[in-house]
Amino acid sequence: MLLIHCPHCREMREEEEFSYSGEAHITRPLQPELLTDEEWGDYLFFRTNSKGVHHEMWFHAVGCRRYFNVTRDTLSYEILESYLIGTQPTITGATS
Amino acid sequence: MSTAVTQKNRTGSGSCTDASAPIQFTFNGKPYQGVVGDTLASALLANGVDVVGRSFKYARPRGIVGHGAEEPNGIIQLGSGAATVPNLKATQVELYPGLEASSVNGWPNVDFDLMGLIGAFGRLMPPGFYYKTFMYPKKLWMTYEHFIRQAAGLGATPVENDPDSYDKLNQHCDVLVVGAGPAGLVAAREAARTGARVIIADEQAQFGGSLLASKQTIDGLAATDWVTAMVAELEAFDNVQLLPRSTAFGYYDHNFMAILERRSDHLGLTAAQGTRQRLHRVRARQVVLAAGAFERPLVFAHNDIPGVMAATSVTTYINRYGVVPGTKLVICTTNDSAYQTAIDWHQAGREVVAVVDTRSVLDGDLVAAAKALGINVIAGHGVIEAQGGKRVKRALIAPLNDDGSAVTGSARRLDCDLIATSGGWSPAIHLSSHTGAKPIWDEQIVGFRPGASKQQERSAGACRGTYSLAGCLAEGASAGAEAAKLAGCGDGNMHFPLPTCEEYAQQPQQALFLVPHTKSASRAPSQFVDFQLDVTAGGVELAVREGFESVEHVKRYTALGFGTDQGKLGNINGMAILANALGQSIAETGTTIFRPSYTPTTFGALAGRDVNQLFDPERYTAVHRWHSDQGAKFEDVGQWKRPWYFPQAGESMHDAVNRECLAVRNSVGILDASTLGKIDIQGPDAAEFITRMYTNSYLKLAPGKCRYGVMLKEDGMIFDDGVCACLGENHYLMFTTTGGAAGVLSWLELWQQTEWPELQVYFTSVTDHWTTATVTGPNARKVIAKVCNDIDLSNEAFPFMDWRDGTVAGIKARVFRISFTGELSYEVNVPAHYGRQVWEQLIAAGEEFGITPYGTETMHVLRAEKGFIIVGQDTDGSMTPSDMNMDWVLGKNKAFSYIGKRSLDRSDTVRENRKQLVGLKTLEPADVLPEGAQIVFDPKQKIPMSMQGHVTSSYYSACLGHSIALAVVKGGLERMGQKVYCPLADGRMIAAEIVSSVFYDPKGERHHVG
Repeated sequence: MLLIHCPHCREMREEEEFSYSGEAHITRPLQPELLTDEEWGDYLFFRTNSKGVHHEMWFHAVGCRRYFNVTRDTLSYEILESYLIGTQPTITGATS
Repeated sequence: MSTAVTQKNRTGSGSCTDASAPIQFTFNGKPYQGVVGDTLASALLANGVDVVGRSFKYARPRGIVGHGAEEPNGIIQLGSGAATVPNLKATQVELYPGLEASSVNGWPNVDFDLMGLIGAFGRLMPPGFYYKTFMYPKKLWMTYEHFIRQAAGLGATPVENDPDSYDKLNQHCDVLVVGAGPAGLVAAREAARTGARVIIADEQAQFGGSLLASKQTIDGLAATDWVTAMVAELEAFDNVQLLPRSTAFGYYDHNFMAILERRSDHLGLTAAQGTRQRLHRVRARQVVLAAGAFERPLVFAHNDIPGVMAATSVTTYINRYGVVPGTKLVICTTNDSAYQTAIDWHQAGREVVAVVDTRSVLDGDLVAAAKALGINVIAGHGVIEAQGGKRVKRALIAPLNDDGSAVTGSARRLDCDLIATSGGWSPAIHLSSHTGAKPIWDEQIVGFRPGASKQQERSAGACRGTYSLAGCLAEGASAGAEAAKLAGCGDGNMHFPLPTCEEYAQQPQQALFLVPHTKSASRAPSQFVDFQLDVTAGGVELAVREGFESVEHVKRYTALGFGTDQGKLGNINGMAILANALGQSIAETGTTIFRPSYTPTTFGALAGRDVNQLFDPERYTAVHRWHSDQGAKFEDVGQWKRPWYFPQAGESMHDAVNRECLAVRNSVGILDASTLGKIDIQGPDAAEFITRMYTNSYLKLAPGKCRYGVMLKEDGMIFDDGVCACLGENHYLMFTTTGGAAGVLSWLELWQQTEWPELQVYFTSVTDHWTTATVTGPNARKVIAKVCNDIDLSNEAFPFMDWRDGTVAGIKARVFRISFTGELSYEVNVPAHYGRQVWEQLIAAGEEFGITPYGTETMHVLRAEKGFIIVGQDTDGSMTPSDMNMDWVLGKNKAFSYIGKRSLDRSDTVRENRKQLVGLKTLEPADVLPEGAQIVFDPKQKIPMSMQGHVTSSYYSACLGHSIALAVVKGGLERMGQKVYCPLADGRMIAAEIVSSVFYDPKGERHHVG
């Protein structure tokens, strides 16, 4: 059971209040019609599946109903930071 | 009933029992007497009950081995009926008056077990026996399995509802201490002194751990008195919560500990009042693990005969319970601690035949103390075999070489009825393992220590491999102070002087696990490693000979450690024997990983109050009571209770649905549609946003107008559908499916917040705010006209797909002229508090037209007659609008590439032969196809036939006089008029013709009616 910091509520809350919403920083192509099927397929279906540092979206579903980003270590499950949509993570790359 | 058997092994009161307070109980139907403070195990030993169960595989008789969570043999079932509890350890069951317990294995009973005959042929069931023996013929496996499972199992689960209630408690603390032995008690005290919020939990009824059976003194007090004083000291802190009878069974992410507190199990089978058990869900800033250690038994031939026990357990029964489980004791040990058992036994007035020590040179303090009492110590020897049937009769001992790997001389017999063994100690590293910390083999302590911490925790005392009392106290105190400091309390210094206690000089133990026999492990009588699952040393060696090398594979092949004791006694011995057979070190071999639960946990406690009506909320519409008063049958739709149909006296469901359908088609019906999801959408960019979410455009939708839309996921597949109405400038009301409401709201919020935050648009769920009464049928307008005089209902003034503000039955209402039946329809929306009142007024107004309330079944039939899809029934997440023959809903000239649009051009979504929605008409009009039936083109094809589609909706249409079905069929739209076949599970083959999915009023004249 994770303990997650909601950057909107500015509090640590139990995982039960949130729902996972997939990898963060996947931007919708501005002109989908200009993409090949393969490029569109990459956007639709392919994710990094990182071992270690991973940026992902969470939704404070039974809290403030706001989406936000989290940097989490997929090995230790440690949450390294949470940050607002539209901003960039401060922690990137491999950790121990 | 005969009189209770005398407690022949009871010598008096122990530190936790009162010999003057008898308790009556029964075991396997026989009455016995124990005393207050007993566990079931201590009471059975007091009564000289040797056989408490039969082993899982060979059904060999087994007796009590341990005294706590490590017990592999004394697995019992408590009570009977609804409250019966399977899979308990007799060593952990506190005795209460009238307790009834029985063994879980053994038929017809544990003393005479027919399965035991297998035990005589033990070598016939090597590891992998089931895989090897019952593989062929393959199709008989199900038959074999049935009998194997019947022969196996650890008790019976109750078949009735649990009569007890359970609670969950969410807690936070600064320092959580697991274990209230010497290390845990001082850790808690140091942490408490800093003002930290402390929880200290221990699985036993009394705090004290090993001290409860200790004869040592601390600060000049007897150990048990010191414990009493410490507990009083902790209780005096108002920032300390003491949890006895509470097992920390799982250590989860982010310092989340699950603790099971047994509140009434010691009083009886069910809680007379309050809750039986309570699950503490503790989020701790810092954790101190002080879980102790398990004594490791030595493995030797026939070491499973009742009367072979762990040495420290013998000490515990003597000192703590006043029970001496035998008359003549032989001890086999590799270390000094077992000499305390010899001393305790001797002081209890019974005979110590010999202490057989595998080491050749002995000079520890306890050895000297034992010798001073005249106890016979035999150095350089081991017990190589136990002999006896249902109880040990003698021990076979033999001289060993220096490293204990071989017998060097002839064996001799020692008559005895109890063999106590000690092969050293295994730290209880389970909780530390749960965090992912990798255990480290330590040659010094001959055991696995906890690995580097993965969470905010540290181990102290015996669970860290520190076995001296003084060491445990010092580590505990320092761990408590450190944990408090890291939790933000105190300075990390200890504030109490370290308790003083006497120290014994000890000699290093010998690393010996399997005592060799004169014969090899494969030839010697069975040397049991895992008692519960009958894994032998020979079995582990055989697994290696058969090519298994990884400890994880050997574990699964032999079942080592798979029992409900999770190999607390046997695992390390098994690893050591495996390492030896592989010719490598234990460190190289490694250990398997412990996972939650530490001990079996009841489902009741995990469920807590989330059972029955509280399992999931039930949602009722404002008109619900009226429906149930009318005798409606209800259907669950998501969490909603929706009227399914309204049977009248003597009507079957079929009758009722036919009547309701005809009423709507011929006059007028009324449906409670309040459960449809409703999302209020406002903001200057609302129209733009909605247009991006639906396949069609809402940019030019004027106030007073409605439009039906389909929502896709980005992969182009239909996700939800419904009508969206323009309520005013920058103000819309979106209807969703009943089940999809929550998902659609999250979906809208996702896109607005993460992709288009520049769009100013706001969403509010208003599903529960409105009652929706759908009045539908040719007479609908006449009914509405009777209760509404401020809306011009004429077709010209209020056409199809418009909505109007007005007053219905005196209440301000929104009336939508939209139709899911294909008839003239008005959906009357009023604030939910007025819902029932308006509903009843509509019923009264409709009386002269025979207004008929109808439920979801009729709604489904009517919409299927019109070929209207239900998302989630006719679609399954792999259907595009084109697949549903709904190209008309795709906006052709939308500037923005709406969600899912690009995917509609992907090679897979435009390929030929996709499944498409069509109607099916059975050749025999009365045949109703089962929903989900598979469709084939060639009825004569051999099984497996090529499946070409399936039936998604199917009903009997009273209005049309024949059955109708919707189906998805490969290339279906090109196959109009062709025949298809549905082979059914009962052998029938139903033929049908592919037709248009619109069965009724294909031109749509009826809902446009003027």
